[in-house]
Amino acid sequence: MGMTITEKILAAHCNKDEVKPGELIMAKTDIVLSNDITGPVAIREFQKFGIDKVFDPAQVAMVPDHFSPAKDIKSAELAKEMRTFAREQEIHHYFEMGKMGIEHCLLPEQAVVKPGQLIIGADSHTVTYGAMGAFSSGVGSTDIAVAMATGEVWLRVPESIKVVLTGQPKKYVVGKDVILYLIGKIGVDGARYKTLEFVGEGLKQLSMDSRFTMCNMAIEAGGKSGIIGIDEKTIAYLEETNNRDYLIYASDEDAVYSQVIEIDLSQISPQVAKPHLPSNTVAIEEIEETFIDQVVIGSCTNGRMEDMIAAAEILKGKSVHGDIRLIVIPGTQQIYKECMGNGVFDAIIDAGGLVSTPTCGPCLGGHMGILAKGERALSTTNRNFVGRMGHPESEVYLCNPAIAAASAISGKIVSPEEVM
Amino acid sequence: MEIIKGFVHKVGHDIDTDLIIPARFLNDISVDSLAANCMNDVIDNFNQIIQTGDVLVAGKNFGCGSSREHAPVAIKATGVSCVIAESFARIFYRNAINIGLPIIVSEDAAKEILAGDEIEIDVREGRIVNHTQDRCYEVEKFPPFLLEIMEAGDLITYTRKRVMANV
Repeated sequence: MGMTITEKILAAHCNKDEVKPGELIMAKTDIVLSNDITGPVAIREFQKFGIDKVFDPAQVAMVPDHFSPAKDIKSAELAKEMRTFAREQEIHHYFEMGKMGIEHCLLPEQAVVKPGQLIIGADSHTVTYGAMGAFSSGVGSTDIAVAMATGEVWLRVPESIKVVLTGQPKKYVVGKDVILYLIGKIGVDGARYKTLEFVGEGLKQLSMDSRFTMCNMAIEAGGKSGIIGIDEKTIAYLEETNNRDYLIYASDEDAVYSQVIEIDLSQISPQVAKPHLPSNTVAIEEIEETFIDQVVIGSCTNGRMEDMIAAAEILKGKSVHGDIRLIVIPGTQQIYKECMGNGVFDAIIDAGGLVSTPTCGPCLGGHMGILAKGERALSTTNRNFVGRMGHPESEVYLCNPAIAAASAISGKIVSPEEVM
Repeated sequence: MEIIKGFVHKVGHDIDTDLIIPARFLNDISVDSLAANCMNDVIDNFNQIIQTGDVLVAGKNFGCGSSREHAPVAIKATGVSCVIAESFARIFYRNAINIGLPIIVSEDAAKEILAGDEIEIDVREGRIVNHTQDRCYEVEKFPPFLLEIMEAGDLITYTRKRVMANV
């Protein structure tokens, strides 16, 4: 019987010819990731082993991005704990301020993660790297501690859901809309314990940045991972980022899927997820008049170059509404620098928006744009849970960067067509 | 594993890890701080209300969202002895097993058990007894590997005993 790309990668990482959904395996890890929130917890658990060295310092990635640059003394202490550990252990992929970016934007850009790898991260959005044909999944800090000590992780082989994309997307429809539409369709637990495997002709219309966004939010449907096989776009991206020595896996024709979902990209509109679940989606045309206080463009979901350009194209020559605070956060230093040179920052700043150094910041209610009681944000981030971005009585709406930029101009949630 | 006995507190569907322990409290990873700030956006003064041994009973997709292990650690630190849910989000599920917070999946039990009920749980045998309603539920047993982690107490102890001892 045929195997999916996910089953093949997992089998290769536990020295088996085949694995089946539901099977529990001990798998070899390639990259073991943590951040300034989950890393210190993992380090303290690791220290309980009483061993001197991590299994392989070249496997370990540590990125201070959530509360970094440190937002307060307690966060500074946690960041220091991770920095000290990284130095002592000679961790290969530790990224200090100035080189740091939002982990899931940074690791593909820096070619730390590769196709065919098994990547675990103590961050739920670790699922992002599936867009490069890797198995990549979020775990807890204890899992990271164990993998740092042994180079292994226990996993249940997931069932795969095949998402077949067809058709030509409408203007302003990008990866964010595809994944929000899908989550709206299957619910926040529609892919629980499963893999969302995206296939089909429609993929050709979706850039790598869009694909990262789609896999990134697989977790918002409860997914264990999201994955997309390698094609010309992936190869071009890998060349552009000097990503070498990777393995290519592909699903067999007769691979078994627990479910098949078809999405005709030409039939979907830009989406908005209303509070307080990412599955609470509507097409932009259906949104009632919704005034907002703050717009955030950034995060591991939409902090990439394509996202910055999409926002800048809408903002260019226009002004941010007087009642709106527009916060734009490029995902990495490289993206930041590119935005300085290509006119993106000019467009944002001239319009009256602010630009921040890379950080997860407001997405999780950390810093750099926390909401007060009763405030409402429109954001390109990934979660709109109660209190996610600040006060428990604040609200978050989710959308793509073009809608966010257009809405920053109009003061309420609108389609880009209304301001262009 | 010991038999768990306690009184029930109930919460709804899709209780995410931001509700269990909001990010604004993640800059302090001491168990006292995590316990004090656990679930307050769902149930006021959760930590004060919970008596050691109490059981949390939840709806679908409990623990969805962020991977933060702080969530099951916080729940355990309040004195909750076990979480029963209709279903768990996968990262919360593995985190709970890895840190030694017993969990049970049972749609029927999670729906029928009421707040204040006194219940008894045998995780190893997959059995829940509701003394208040005089009902018993047989649930799917954990696979041997996961039971071994739970018997060891947590994944660190399991790994130290079973894996690293053989290296």
